[in-house]
Amino acid sequence: MTALPAPTSTPSPWALAWRRYRKSRLGVIGGWLLILLYASALLAPFLAPYSITAQHEGLSYQPPQRLHIVHEGQVRTPFVYGFKQERDPVTFARKNVEDRETPIPVQLLVRGEPYRFLGVPTTLHLFGVPEGAYFFPLGTDQLGRDLLSRTLVGGQVSLTVGVIGVLISFTIGILLGGVSGYFGGWVDNLIQRVVEVLLSFPRLPILLALSTLIPARWPSTWVYLGIVAVLALIGWAGLARVVRGQVLAARGLEYVTAAQAIGARDLRVILRHITPNLSSFLVVTATLALPGYILGESALSFLGLGIKEPMTSWGLLLKDAQNFQTLRLYPWLLIPGLFIFLAVLAFNFFGDALRDAADTQSR
Amino acid sequence: MLTYTLRRILGMIPTLLVISAVCFAVIKLQPGSFTDQYLEDPRFTRETAAAISRQLGLDQPALVQYGRWLWGVVTRLDFGYSFLQNRPVVSVIGDLLGWTVFLSLITLLFSWLVAVPLGLYTAFNRHGWPASIANFLGYVGLAIPDFLAALLLVALVLQLGGTNVGGLFSPAYIDAPWSWAKVADLLGHLWIPVLALGLEGVAGLMRQMRASTLDVLTQDYIRTARAKGLPQHRVIWRHAVRNAINPLISLAGLSLPSLISGTIIVSIVLSLPTIGPLLYDSLLNKDQYTALTLLMLSAFLLLVGNLLADLALAWADPRVRYA
Repeated sequence: MTALPAPTSTPSPWALAWRRYRKSRLGVIGGWLLILLYASALLAPFLAPYSITAQHEGLSYQPPQRLHIVHEGQVRTPFVYGFKQERDPVTFARKNVEDRETPIPVQLLVRGEPYRFLGVPTTLHLFGVPEGAYFFPLGTDQLGRDLLSRTLVGGQVSLTVGVIGVLISFTIGILLGGVSGYFGGWVDNLIQRVVEVLLSFPRLPILLALSTLIPARWPSTWVYLGIVAVLALIGWAGLARVVRGQVLAARGLEYVTAAQAIGARDLRVILRHITPNLSSFLVVTATLALPGYILGESALSFLGLGIKEPMTSWGLLLKDAQNFQTLRLYPWLLIPGLFIFLAVLAFNFFGDALRDAADTQSR
Repeated sequence: MLTYTLRRILGMIPTLLVISAVCFAVIKLQPGSFTDQYLEDPRFTRETAAAISRQLGLDQPALVQYGRWLWGVVTRLDFGYSFLQNRPVVSVIGDLLGWTVFLSLITLLFSWLVAVPLGLYTAFNRHGWPASIANFLGYVGLAIPDFLAALLLVALVLQLGGTNVGGLFSPAYIDAPWSWAKVADLLGHLWIPVLALGLEGVAGLMRQMRASTLDVLTQDYIRTARAKGLPQHRVIWRHAVRNAINPLISLAGLSLPSLISGTIIVSIVLSLPTIGPLLYDSLLNKDQYTALTLLMLSAFLLLVGNLLADLALAWADPRVRYA
């Protein structure tokens, strides 16, 4: 038997897809935005000037402080103005006003509150101001906690809920969808009925109902896992249905028959032979499913049924802005919403570009 | 057609039964029960709490409670009793359901009126900057959660000095009889929820309309229509749009239940009189029959939405009808 001539310079399908992805401007922007967001979540305690539970007395609802470089007509290194306590001449209410006299320099790599980074205890923060002064780039909340720190650390929750949730629901969906499509018969019938019922549940109402199952006295890490589980439980059904269709189509193909002929067990055929052939489809579906999880978590936390204090997430931070009076007086509490927006936008950009890159048929 | 519809409607019954059982199980699995609040209240003795529990039927096993509820629904359309409001669930839901459906339909209408022309425009003028802006706004619409959109609109109105936010009416009009002034007041309040709820729908529909129009434009019959010298507007409206809009018709039915879901959270933010805040309260306070009925109602609306979508598609697209 003569060997086939080796295709020397033909790029692999992945390389071709990568090339097509690179051409999509929005997709590349989305990709970089995602890297940036996840990096900021990973480095959150280092980037954050304060700890998320540190309450600064007398400094509740401070508006975001601007970074200045010009003081009395002179350019200097970046600085902020401190606060000075004054009484309102009419109402005599105490309030903090900007003290234009004393500029406070903002320093890089300062020692601050201790935290653990990947298990290593450290006190190094990216930036900060000298002891006694404060710098709140995004302002503070009702308890005088720094909103920037809380937003950065909240990102750890909001951004990982989606990834873990998708991993869980994809494991269930691929396994059940694969088994359903591969075996057919009564197994297929049973699984498809379950999927149908799950898909007939209205999503948000059943999410609300399920999240009330999480007991109030659970520690917040458990609650986090509970929320992920609830989201994944609802999410797998649609995927199982699509995977079933794909497996059903692949079942008759020669490579599957070949694998069966050499005695591969059924589960092995599904997971090692059929699933890899669906990999590009699965990656794209996962990317496009992720925003749903981020939005779901934020909606639940916003309603007070999701993540609990002392943990924080973007949805939970927005909960503080629910009251119209608060919203009118302290509009900066909406800033965490910008992060939800950016994360979902980035995933959609990235996912759409991946889909176009993986789709070879339409060309 | 008629037998098909009947078969679909009959097919809903087992699905709804399973859903009601699962929903009841979920509600019953919640830690604690409705009467727990009385145990902490010094005005109630342990015996009183037990008596209330017995009176509400909460001392029975869960299966019996579910059976009784189901029997009541099937035999006399009695959806149980709201513990929180001390009246039958049906009378609690009545008005709220009307407003929920009204709000959803208005939002649906709004999103179609905006999205279809935008989708067509971006499909026919693919490379201009207005199309790029519209496409980008589509992404933006998909990325803003509805409650955030509501908060942003409220914040904007408040910053501009407005006060007309929250609810559907100003206090003066809430109990007033219907008049033109009341309608005007309603419209003044309605735009915030409609915009917040519709944003996502507009974005999704616009992308769908654009994609299906682009699909249709490559078809042979469009070329034929052009080749036989039809004027451009006729090619577009009679040949392209009529076919491109089909996928959207089934989307409309599908989006109705998700709109109703969407009203839940937006209504809580804007304190609108829909079933959303009621579902939230009943779930938190373990008002089990209200919560169960509302969950069933939204599942029912979802199934009806699916059915309407299929029927509307069959009505609009002869290929589906005769297949």
